[in-house]
Amino acid sequence: MVIDFPFLWESFTTLLNGVPLTLQLTALSVVTGAVLAVLLALMRVSNRWWLDLPAQAYIFVFRGTPLLVQIYIIYYGLSQFPELRHSILWPFLRQAYWCAALALALNTAAYSAEIIRGGLLSVPAGQIEAARATGMSGFLLMRRIIFPQALRQMLPGYSNEIILMVKSTALASTVTLMEVTGIAAKLISQSYRPIEVFICAGAIYLAINFIVVRAFAALEYALSPERRPAPASTADQPEKARA
Amino acid sequence: MPDPAKTPAVQLSNIRKSYGEHEVLHGVSLTANEGDVISILGSSGSGKSTLLRCINMLEVPNAGSVSIHGEAITLDQKPGQPPRARDMRQVNRLRAKAAMVFQSFNLWSHLTILENLIEAPVYVLKRDRKEAIAEAEALLARVGIAEKRHAYPAHLSGGQQQRAAIARALAMHPSVMLFDEPTSALDPELVGEVLKVMRDLAAEGRTMLIVTHEMGFARDVSTRTVFLHNGVIEEEGAPAEVFENPRSDRFRQFISRDH
Repeated sequence: MVIDFPFLWESFTTLLNGVPLTLQLTALSVVTGAVLAVLLALMRVSNRWWLDLPAQAYIFVFRGTPLLVQIYIIYYGLSQFPELRHSILWPFLRQAYWCAALALALNTAAYSAEIIRGGLLSVPAGQIEAARATGMSGFLLMRRIIFPQALRQMLPGYSNEIILMVKSTALASTVTLMEVTGIAAKLISQSYRPIEVFICAGAIYLAINFIVVRAFAALEYALSPERRPAPASTADQPEKARA
Repeated sequence: MPDPAKTPAVQLSNIRKSYGEHEVLHGVSLTANEGDVISILGSSGSGKSTLLRCINMLEVPNAGSVSIHGEAITLDQKPGQPPRARDMRQVNRLRAKAAMVFQSFNLWSHLTILENLIEAPVYVLKRDRKEAIAEAEALLARVGIAEKRHAYPAHLSGGQQQRAAIARALAMHPSVMLFDEPTSALDPELVGEVLKVMRDLAAEGRTMLIVTHEMGFARDVSTRTVFLHNGVIEEEGAPAEVFENPRSDRFRQFISRDH
């Protein structure tokens, strides 16, 4: 086949209009999902069965069912409950945008919770014990000793999750949202030229995820000074000489 | 009000500790007075580390009582339930007074050496950050690693890490220091530098309880030696006495085997 370059360019510029919505859906679901994920992870490591069990059940359900099914259930299913239609949430949940964002957030929360739990468990027990032995406990111990180390540990896994989330927003097109993939589907139905349109759509997702990957690499570097080679202690020499 | 000079720094009475069905301490009593340097000896599995860890509630005894400077730690010891301290605020307050040095150093790996030293003084004791830093730098100079203050623990040798950990303990202004096999994870050539720091602390008159395998150190530095075997104290006394004339056969075997 012959690729029609003017059409390719036209598709590309048209698809770019969907980028803000793709990014919005990603950001909204990742941020709210992360808050929920922290709660779920803390419930998982709480050593209290009545907190652990509900979190386990939640994670099992949301990891064990397809995201597409979750989006459909929220978008088509919630409207079947009259109680919900009369609640204050209805102005939100009647809109495809909020349904898709909610499904994406609930889904990423389940995966992220397990990534965070892995990070929390990776903190050496001896270091936690050393902190306890100085009189630290509870939130202070979490904030000062456990979480900073867990965060570094979970970054590689979490960057994976964000990349998956960027791509998962494509499923929002199934509930009428005109993000990148939604616009692509519309263009194809008008032009019958799937190759050019999907090449452009793929390139756009690739570009977004390139930025995500670089951002996480930079973050990982910034947060892991202890893993870099020891700084030359020359900086200390003049001071030492003075003293 | 008891005379503070006569109140024991640490008093353990009839401590029992079990893991499941297995009892590792069968009622151990031990008193450390101000300025005592007590070395706790024993082969592995004798319960010596468990005993030390009962002092700051890293292990909660199933029976018996622990007092630090006359203040008894309130414990819930109900049969059939895991023992626990009733008031974590009390435990945290007493833990801040009884600093611990661990076999595997346990420096916080995401913090520099200086940050390791000021962490608990600033966030637990709420000391002024600038003062904490000034004091930490003096302590690092004292243990001979001032030039490492901005390095991370992973960049230090084992001996340097343990000296940093001792400095971290000192930064708490502890009234008792607990050492859990402080030299056991070190290469032989690095043991000396850590023992030297500990000798200096003992010479200052600090109250120290030291679980150790270093016989020479126990003999020369401690004011009292305790030998634990199978969860009971087999031998106890001044080192000059017990090393010369051990009353217990097991302790005689133990010191002849380890020299």
